Amino acid sequence: MTTAAPPLAPTATRVAALRRARAGTRLRRAALLAGLLAAAVALTLTVGRSVTPPLDVLRVLAGQDVPGATFAVRDLRLPRAVLSALAGMSFGLGGIVFQTLLRNPLASPDIIGISAGASAAAVLGIVVLGWSGAAVSVLAVTAGLAVAALIYLLSWRDGVTGARLILIGIGLSAMLDSMIAYVLSRAPAWTLQDALRWLTGSVNGATADQALPVLAALVVFGGTLIARRGTLEAMRLGDDTAAALGVPLTRDKALIVMAAVGLIAVATAMAGPVSFVAFLSGPIALRIAGPGRAPLVPAALTGALLVVLGDFAGQHLLPGRYPVGVVTGALGAPFLIYLIVRAHRTAGGRT
Amino acid sequence: MTAPVLAAQRLEAGYGQNPVITGLDFTVPPGRITAIVGANACGKSTLLRSLSRLLRPAEGAVTLDGTAIRSMSTRALARRLGLLPQSPVAPDGITVADLVSHGRYPHHGPLSRWSAADDQAVARALDATRTAELADRDIDALSGGQRQRVWIAMALAQDTDLLLLDEPTTFLDVAHQIEVLDLLEDLNRDRGTTIVMVLHDLNMAARYADHLVAMHAGAIAAAGAPETVLTEAVVERVFGLRARIMADPVTGKPMMLPLGRHARGTPHPQGKADQT
Repeated sequence: MTTAAPPLAPTATRVAALRRARAGTRLRRAALLAGLLAAAVALTLTVGRSVTPPLDVLRVLAGQDVPGATFAVRDLRLPRAVLSALAGMSFGLGGIVFQTLLRNPLASPDIIGISAGASAAAVLGIVVLGWSGAAVSVLAVTAGLAVAALIYLLSWRDGVTGARLILIGIGLSAMLDSMIAYVLSRAPAWTLQDALRWLTGSVNGATADQALPVLAALVVFGGTLIARRGTLEAMRLGDDTAAALGVPLTRDKALIVMAAVGLIAVATAMAGPVSFVAFLSGPIALRIAGPGRAPLVPAALTGALLVVLGDFAGQHLLPGRYPVGVVTGALGAPFLIYLIVRAHRTAGGRT
Repeated sequence: MTAPVLAAQRLEAGYGQNPVITGLDFTVPPGRITAIVGANACGKSTLLRSLSRLLRPAEGAVTLDGTAIRSMSTRALARRLGLLPQSPVAPDGITVADLVSHGRYPHHGPLSRWSAADDQAVARALDATRTAELADRDIDALSGGQRQRVWIAMALAQDTDLLLLDEPTTFLDVAHQIEVLDLLEDLNRDRGTTIVMVLHDLNMAARYADHLVAMHAGAIAAAGAPETVLTEAVVERVFGLRARIMADPVTGKPMMLPLGRHARGTPHPQGKADQT
């Protein structure tokens, strides 16, 4: 490198070395998270009501038929792990994008009512309209997008600022939550079980058919977001600076918000609004990846870890069985309170 | 490369329904340093924001070498015209080198990769602003003057031959103000960068600008060499302030001494004593 390339000015060499060192650190930490996720998935594939020997798990994954293990691993645990990981990635990525764009950790889609919108529509569809299956999912995705658009319109006044959007979102979220509670209280018993999943989120009875739309959304919307990470970084410098750097603000903001909402809405339609995963993933990933950049990939991996481990804890570690949303909700609520307390101490912080 | 010509024609711009500036014609002298001065809310920031496309004019147009900047792509414009807004936001925990690297944004498409040329542009910007030794430091750990130099470095990494700055010296103590203005003068001399800046301090503006623009009530009240613009009559008209103008003993540039209501002293050369 030093002999082949044309000689660089000392500063340029140093800039390049610093950049490579930071990129190396980021890569190592993302690899660590990916390793943890792989380990967590391996754990959920191995341990269930009974423990399957790891070798049998590998043989099932390789396509062999192992009596006594194939059904549990291939048909029960694998779809559940895959749906958990994919939904978690969607929540984590969608969450960090919102938090970065609005420069506020409270601006996560599950706090500002986008998940609540999807849930309310789904509950309404199941209980009032008597719908089920794919129709409910489509309704939930549409409602998620509609609520995002509504929040955006309500908070528009010569542009959108983070604080106003967050407060309007929290208000809207409360309205939607009370609507869900009202509909559930009038729900006939036979629809209640199906509708309850929309309260906290659950990967019970996951199938490969559920994982597929989440994967597709991750490829399309997640790909869009990762491709625009440079734009997202420029937007962190404030609207004026980003515009001065040549970011087409109106177009790219709309595109990025739509992609993030799409991720959240599809994952919510398939796994329910797994509480606080979108909200928690970004701040946790930031602490692991270090400051400086918006940790998009680490946040996606953290989201996946939270859902996979949360589901495992809910199924096997806690007395009784709980859907994953109950576990992540129990983790997220104290963190939300901590953030709000800290935001008040720093006089509102940067909004 | 010949110096670019940035100009505004019959410009009307403002916020909401009320135009702040109306019918303004203005051509930035290419290859020179221009300072825009004026009282608060006279439209100087509005003019700067319109010139850099942050604000869409209600009427008229801003052109760069004859082409309306509205018709250019945002990236193409950002490769030719840099802007440092009044109070830019630094993300938490970002290092100096990373911040300056953002200046390369308009030179990249969605798929292009970072290259050695980008490293060199960042290094040139760091060297020019004497911030190279701070490259790995956290931006929050710097002094106000250092931080402002880093922001200017970011705009420099954009490699534009036009640089617009909105009050680059506000909130800086006098030594740091001089540091930043000296840097801008260096850039103008060494790289031929055309500089337009909004300044509050009339004396600094007269000292560093080749071309001084005094704005009042959304229009240009006076424009030209500092010696012709910074006069007692213009200060009275633009700021509503009684002042005395004299030649700066070192550079010979005009220097303003504000009088206010309480200043007493020797009789004014033109007539009666200044009394309250």
